[in-house]
Amino acid sequence: MSKKILAVDDSASMRQVVSLTLKEAGYEVVEACDGLEALEWARSGLVDLVLTDVHMPRMDGITLVRELRELPNYKFVPMLILTTESSQEKKMDGKRAGATGWLVKPFSPPQLLATVARVI
Amino acid sequence: MTLDAEMAEIAKVFFQESREGLDAMEAGLLGLGDPSDTETINTIFRAAHSIKGGSATFGFTEVASFTHGIETLLDEMRNGVRPITAEAIQVLLQSCDCMREMIAATEAEHPLDQSRISTLNNDIRHILGERTGDAAAKPKRESVGAPAATPTGWRVRFEPVPDLLRLRNEPARMFAELARLGELSTEADTSALPLLDAMDPEACYLSWDLELTGRVAREQLDDIFDWVDPGCRLEFIPLGDLPVPVPVAVAKTPPPSPSPITTSSPRAATEAGSIRVDTGKLDSIINLVGELLITQSMLSTFAEGLDPGKLDTLRKGLSQLARNTRELQESVMQIRMLPISFAFNRFPRLVHDLSRKLGKTVEIKLTGENTELDKTILEKISDPLVHLVRNSLDHGLETPEQRTAGGKSPNGTIELGAFHEGGSIIIEVRDDGAGLNKKKILQKARERGLVAADQELTDDQIDNLIFMPSFSTADQVSDVSGRGVGMDVVRRNINDLGGTVQIFSKEGIGSTVRIQLPLTLAILDGQLVRVGKEIYIISLLAIVETIQVSQDRLSTLLGSSEIFRLRDEYLPVIKLSEMFGIEPDAGTAEQGLLVVVEADNKRVCVLVDDLLAQQQVVIKSLESNFKPVPGIAGATILGDGAVALIIDVRDLIRAAAQRPEKSNAMLAA
Repeated sequence: MSKKILAVDDSASMRQVVSLTLKEAGYEVVEACDGLEALEWARSGLVDLVLTDVHMPRMDGITLVRELRELPNYKFVPMLILTTESSQEKKMDGKRAGATGWLVKPFSPPQLLATVARVI
Repeated sequence: MTLDAEMAEIAKVFFQESREGLDAMEAGLLGLGDPSDTETINTIFRAAHSIKGGSATFGFTEVASFTHGIETLLDEMRNGVRPITAEAIQVLLQSCDCMREMIAATEAEHPLDQSRISTLNNDIRHILGERTGDAAAKPKRESVGAPAATPTGWRVRFEPVPDLLRLRNEPARMFAELARLGELSTEADTSALPLLDAMDPEACYLSWDLELTGRVAREQLDDIFDWVDPGCRLEFIPLGDLPVPVPVAVAKTPPPSPSPITTSSPRAATEAGSIRVDTGKLDSIINLVGELLITQSMLSTFAEGLDPGKLDTLRKGLSQLARNTRELQESVMQIRMLPISFAFNRFPRLVHDLSRKLGKTVEIKLTGENTELDKTILEKISDPLVHLVRNSLDHGLETPEQRTAGGKSPNGTIELGAFHEGGSIIIEVRDDGAGLNKKKILQKARERGLVAADQELTDDQIDNLIFMPSFSTADQVSDVSGRGVGMDVVRRNINDLGGTVQIFSKEGIGSTVRIQLPLTLAILDGQLVRVGKEIYIISLLAIVETIQVSQDRLSTLLGSSEIFRLRDEYLPVIKLSEMFGIEPDAGTAEQGLLVVVEADNKRVCVLVDDLLAQQQVVIKSLESNFKPVPGIAGATILGDGAVALIIDVRDLIRAAAQRPEKSNAMLAA
């Protein structure tokens, strides 16, 4: 069974790029347009990996990761943050919230796949 | 679809999204001011951030690098590091314009306006205080003393924090990655492992000594261990050529950030979930629903001729089908509907820029922005609205001095409002300016022979003279309005949409322009009329009343044309039978019906044989299926399968006015 990935981004085009890349590589993808939608989805669904943007309306990616880690089913699910910030400090914010790692935007499809392959 | 083609499709989404983002930025920038309002600046920042991220992903590097400066500035503003000044807002607004052009140019694959970009870049750099270099230089990891040359191998000491596994940083996966770079030997140190009863099953108690043989660059190692917690002890010791061990404490814990990342409190979910659908697809659905409607009405007609006793069930089923079809049609039509805010949202910026230019202080109020109307109408109403608002700003509203002298508040107000009324949408552009100068308008109208010297007009009639062709009261042509596009064009555009426009004003108090528009262009509430054996459809909106012909009120003017006296008005009579060359019923002239229709404030009587049912009809274009026919707006298919033509009332009236023997002065009023 193919691995399922939850892709969260408020930008529809970014969501589609991520989703297309992952689907081409054989992953199953669930999309959410902000942290809140992702969290709502996650309450009843389970994935093998969460990929989230940071800056989003309603609920940002850092809060999403923190909230997801509170869910028993998501305690050990890898979570990656897609960020344009390459500063160590911002990355550590994600780390403290419970993110497994990060991927700095912009990224190429092979970079995305290599990063995903690192955790699932 | 190939991957490239799919990416190109997604890029289109990105362009559209960027335009929406820019609209949001602009609206936000214009609304900035309350320092306690952190959400607005965050929204602006997010929009810029998304555009930057997206444009970088799609390879639009120039857009990305231009947006980077803006994003930096906005980031400092939202973190309170940089004050939000009027100058900065102005530069940011100009940057929005520039980005909009860059995106349009990128989409059209046109060259970018480099001089403008660099000017704005400098402005932004100026505001940022030249601190532009540090964004580029970011130390990746402590690489002090790291050897420049690639060693033949590495010894790695890895003592993770107990929490390592909780975040799913699996050492096994890292080691697997290392093993791909060269030959790897691992040795686990289990000395820290507690007894089973004291063990936390989620913690990591192991540490490792690894030896990797191969020409591997330090950066590759850094990359693999990039995500491990800074609390982990990680040592890289190069082997081989470089004997001196260089133990390096990895990644110092960063200082706690001064302001924790802004966790925007979940906003009330105002925006409903939305999808982007190609209008072509929608139109084909709408077309299909139209066909369904026709089938349904065909079946109904069929059922009417059958024995009602036996076929009661069929009738029930049909009435249900009718209801379902109508509901389906309504919900499909809804897809085409967009809130009028799409047209309204550009006005705060327009008013902001124009009022600065004119030295007037103007506040703009928007009401009813969520009123929905058809996408096509929405697109076409935008330009007329801009013209009306420009007019209000330029000619309607006075300067602060004039206003104070007139006992008004120095700040002018323009109000744009939209609401439903009956089956129509009403849009109003209201200002509290000087109102129209009725004397001047009347004088000009008389000079131009639009109004007879002795003709008395009501105030409203005078005001509405400004919609006559080539009528302008501006004393001088200004930069703002008076560009040769007059109110007559505004009226024509609105009329083309099947709408009407009127103006009401009170001198010294202000004026209101009222636009009435149909909800949609695809469906029409029609009155079926019969002429001979033919059935025509007249829009119910155009019909004022219907009366029986009475010979004593009918008089023949020179030639064959007739006029009918309706109360105090003389209206030209149009005989559809003559116009379309049909044989009417015998005795129509005596017993027929006169349908009084109105368009452009002109009325005529249309002579028909009989009035039939009223029903909603689906408009089928004659132009796309046949060719344009004067006097006919389109066609539809009736329940019995017959085609009926829809009368274009405005065309009809125009045709009537062109008949030379008609007394046009009467129509002009």
